[in-house]
Amino acid sequence: MSATAATATTSTRGTGRKTQGPLPSALRVGLRRGYIEIRQFLRERDAVVFTLGFPVGLMILFASIFHGTIGHTGVDYRQVFISGMIASGIMSTSFSSLAISIAQERDDCTLKRLAGTPMPRAAYFIGKVVLVLVTGLLETVLLLAIGVIFFGLDLPQSGARWLTLIWVFFLSLIACSLMGIAMSSVPRSGRAAAAVVQPPFILLQFISGVYFLFSALPKGLQQVAAVFPLKWMTQGLRSVFLPDSFLGQEAAHSWEHGKMAVVLLAWCVGGLVLCLRTFRWKGRRDG
Amino acid sequence: MPNDNGNTGHDLAVSVRALHKAYGKSVAVRDLDLDVRRGEVLALLGPNGAGKTTTVEILEGYRSRDSGTVQVLGADPGKPTKAWRSRIGIVLQSVNDAAELTVEEMVSHFAHYYPDPRDPGDVIDLVGLTEKRKARTRQLSGGQRRRLDVALGILGRPELLFLDEPTTGFDPEARRQFWSLIRLLNDEDTTIVLTTHYLEEAEELADRVAVVNAGKIIEVGTPARLGGRDSAVTIVSWDGPNGPETEESAAPTGLVTELSQRFGGEVPGLQISRPTLEDVYLRMIGAAR
Repeated sequence: MSATAATATTSTRGTGRKTQGPLPSALRVGLRRGYIEIRQFLRERDAVVFTLGFPVGLMILFASIFHGTIGHTGVDYRQVFISGMIASGIMSTSFSSLAISIAQERDDCTLKRLAGTPMPRAAYFIGKVVLVLVTGLLETVLLLAIGVIFFGLDLPQSGARWLTLIWVFFLSLIACSLMGIAMSSVPRSGRAAAAVVQPPFILLQFISGVYFLFSALPKGLQQVAAVFPLKWMTQGLRSVFLPDSFLGQEAAHSWEHGKMAVVLLAWCVGGLVLCLRTFRWKGRRDG
Repeated sequence: MPNDNGNTGHDLAVSVRALHKAYGKSVAVRDLDLDVRRGEVLALLGPNGAGKTTTVEILEGYRSRDSGTVQVLGADPGKPTKAWRSRIGIVLQSVNDAAELTVEEMVSHFAHYYPDPRDPGDVIDLVGLTEKRKARTRQLSGGQRRRLDVALGILGRPELLFLDEPTTGFDPEARRQFWSLIRLLNDEDTTIVLTTHYLEEAEELADRVAVVNAGKIIEVGTPARLGGRDSAVTIVSWDGPNGPETEESAAPTGLVTELSQRFGGEVPGLQISRPTLEDVYLRMIGAAR
């Protein structure tokens, strides 16, 4: 046993170690995390199929089955549906993907391991932001391309509409990401995550004007949907892709951009507060 | 062997006084005192539910405490800073993260978290994963997975390394390799605190062993002296003319000399044994119950 010998040499080496370099910055580490997050995402076939492929498959299916002009608007049902599907795609790559993956990472001790290193905690979230931005953009471009090439969707007709697309995209992505991070604390285990996260999302799609015309839904359901972001996201995307002749079919006979921005911003703020108060680095088993 | 008291704070990597932690009504740690000297290997032994993991997780800055004073590398682990975290290394139990990254990617990535990391390639060599460096972590066996955990734990050149049951699931050869790795780190002056269920492991690696039971340290000592093992009665047995004979003796050398004279040299079937660490440990745990 060499307790005494080891203690004797420690003091010299121990002091030498105190002159360590500066700690890496949150942004630099965060971008590195973004890189490995994307790498892991693309390697995980399940996630790619589930998150990216599912909305694409649904869109192709629905747009192939249902079409026809709506009322006297001159707008094909497909265009309404594709707008809604792009909104769903944004929510899928941010809300579902984060809520499920973070719940799993909490369960398999990824978060616990990270919390035990000097990694700046903000870096973890910066990494998720990078992941969501890349996958969200990829998904949107994919759906847009399929819509334009196969189903006669028109790209936005003016600079103002492109601008709407950009702000609606980013605001939706932020609001849904924060909701997803907060939601990740709800499932009791990583395995249950998909089963807990997906049903409310699917339900929300039915009442938010993705599969059905929003104005055709019962008033009560419309009011419930208006509390959540997806209804405003689908409306925002319709305002990007559909002509103003469709306004007669909108519940409010207006695109309501102001109200839309307020609701989405409110979700950003509320989501952030919820994340800050509820985020846990440890699983339930860890107490 | 120096004893527990009389150390100045400077020589201690860890100092715990009157630590208390309860989960609801069940008390996990009660009134626990513990010192770990800089440069030593300390093993925490104890049955499941004794409070080992709770204690270690409080030291690692993972868990809050109800009361007591705790200093780890001169700071309170209840208020962990990034600079403090960069000086400790943690090897957790049962982590299954990053299934799709390769060993190399994982180690290189984690190196970015530390101000002065070891070379990722060197660390992979050190834990014996060189041949597996291109393998995805989900393809690793249980033992290889643990070695990756160790690699990530030592990457930042920690002054103090915590290992929670590090060799569970290792085959004997992997365990021996792991032991030499721990000795190597300890030779580089890394202070090591490990919990284990394997008494031979504690005996092999630890300068001192602390036995934990029911949330308290019941004894701290060198593996050779724990529980009065060194002064315990020795059992001498041999093949006598009328079959095997056994005698307990406090002075075995004298007895063997006498036997040797009686047999005129070699004593047939001679065996001399002191209680093993396991014997002593089980007695201590049993007595405490």
